Amino acid sequence: MILVIEQTLNGLQLGVMLFLMAAGLTLVFGIMNLVNLAHGSLYMVGAYLTTFFYQQTGSFALGVLLGLAGTLVVGIVVELVALRTLYARDHLDQVLATFGLILFFNELVAILWGRTAIYASLPPALTGHVELFANLRYPLYRLLIIGIGLAVAVALWYVVARTRLGMLIRAGASNRTMVAALGVNIRLLYTIVFGFGAALAGLAGLLSGPIYVVQPGMGELILIQVFVVIVIGGIGSIRGAFAGALIVGMVDTMGRAFLKPMLATVLSPSAADTAGPALASMLIYLLMAGVLAFRPEGLFPSRGS
Amino acid sequence: MRLSARTWVLVAALLLLAAVPPLTALAQQPFYVDLFRRIMIFAIAALSLNLIMGYGGMVSFGHAAYLGVGAYAVGILGHYGIHDGWLQWGLAAGASALVAAAIGSISIRTSGIYFIMITLAFTQMLYYLGISIEEFGGDDGMRLGQRSQFGGLVDLAEPVSFYYVVLGILLVFLVLGHRIVHSRFGRVIQAARSNEPRTRAIGFSPYPYRLAAFVIAGAMCGLAGALLVNHTVFLTPEFMNWTRSGELMFMVILGGMSTTVGPLLGAAGFLLLEEMLKNRGLLPAWVYEHWELYFGLVLVFVVLFAKRGLASLIPSSGKAGGD
Repeated sequence: MILVIEQTLNGLQLGVMLFLMAAGLTLVFGIMNLVNLAHGSLYMVGAYLTTFFYQQTGSFALGVLLGLAGTLVVGIVVELVALRTLYARDHLDQVLATFGLILFFNELVAILWGRTAIYASLPPALTGHVELFANLRYPLYRLLIIGIGLAVAVALWYVVARTRLGMLIRAGASNRTMVAALGVNIRLLYTIVFGFGAALAGLAGLLSGPIYVVQPGMGELILIQVFVVIVIGGIGSIRGAFAGALIVGMVDTMGRAFLKPMLATVLSPSAADTAGPALASMLIYLLMAGVLAFRPEGLFPSRGS
Repeated sequence: MRLSARTWVLVAALLLLAAVPPLTALAQQPFYVDLFRRIMIFAIAALSLNLIMGYGGMVSFGHAAYLGVGAYAVGILGHYGIHDGWLQWGLAAGASALVAAAIGSISIRTSGIYFIMITLAFTQMLYYLGISIEEFGGDDGMRLGQRSQFGGLVDLAEPVSFYYVVLGILLVFLVLGHRIVHSRFGRVIQAARSNEPRTRAIGFSPYPYRLAAFVIAGAMCGLAGALLVNHTVFLTPEFMNWTRSGELMFMVILGGMSTTVGPLLGAAGFLLLEEMLKNRGLLPAWVYEHWELYFGLVLVFVVLFAKRGLASLIPSSGKAGGD
């Protein structure tokens, strides 16, 4: 029972992490109609910049702040220099150009910080465990991630549903020509949305640094999972991204934790040893195929065109 | 019959490829037989992708899956001591066609961004499957005990014979691809790409046509996978890595989408550029040590400014589009 609760928390933690990535990506998809593979690179940039600034300044808070600001700047520069010209192009061009950006960023990071994984440390205040209830001690830092993720989700909901900026974002997602015709500076709106998404990806990257490894190419692994999240949730929908992220986080974590022992009850131990991990790593893709077979537009399709 | 400039380029390229082994034997540079054999294998894979992406408008971001399935079909049979080439290559094409049918039947129901991401995700699924099956080497991959055996017909261990086998298959697939594109079937696929509602209106349901093209392309690429594993004599799940899919797409774009000669030019351009940037004798250390940086920039540049590819450099006789 303790194990189940612990794994549920792990699933929730992975889920909110995926959501931080998916929120920005789905907005960029939904509003600019842009497939941005380089979103994973921004995740990587966030992790590296934060680790770097933390080491330089000795203050974790300052490191986080500078890391986030840095990712925001990198994101805006990428948008202005390369991606802006891609909005009007077809998806194939977007995929290839942003694929080129991934190669570029991975190699740039390797030049600056080396190819080997670097160690992202936590300040001592965040390294402890919290005793949630008897016999369950859970890492404080992971709880913090869950808290931040949920807080960002609420803040995002507020911005998108209750503010003027959010109104423009929703309008832009459903009919951008009309929004531009009404006198809104659509280019500026795009840059804002992109920078916003970049900062969220950077946030996910810097939060993940101390739990996973910080190395060139770290963004691609999570990026493909985030694609699954978005496809399951429905492209362009924040609500879908949130639901999809939690579903994928849970299914992935639970599959890795419990599939092998569950299979062992029906199969021979050696067969379960092989099939368990194989099935666990394929589970979210099977889930996605299942969802798409019944709802090709995802669970929460956005209402725009 | 007057031949277009592109056909002449294609014929010249094939003659040049045919001349590579004797020329390298003269210059005593056997490395180039290896390089150009790899180029031709990737040209076959790119050609199959061009069929669905260029002519069919289906942007598959998971074409490396079939390279992997084809390679594993050969590798797994070899693992169990079956080295018969007809059986191995037949299974490679057949298994790839089946996998393509499974992936295609779900993916083709969607379009646009969804299609791109679903094909990517399915390939990723196969990639993780390859990683987690320890019996076939898992993450580390496995060696191919011996190359596919074709009785006394041809010995693939002999580099030059293998080279001409690959060239022969490339030639057959070029002709086959051309015939498919210009058949009634090919016209329907191209019609569905350029205007789906009209295609429906004149009485064609695009789905079965697209699926058939998807399966044909999968089988072709599966055979390329069988060739590739015979070329490297080693296979790993990296055959199916998503970057490999991206590279195949780039080869098609670089060469010129929806042209017969494009995939061959693209594969050659791509692999020669890679070879050049990695070359230690040719370029200073700050280039070859970080060649991917420049490669990435070239990629972005080509997509942004030279979208029509190498084939567009060849003057075509007035008519735009396919040759």
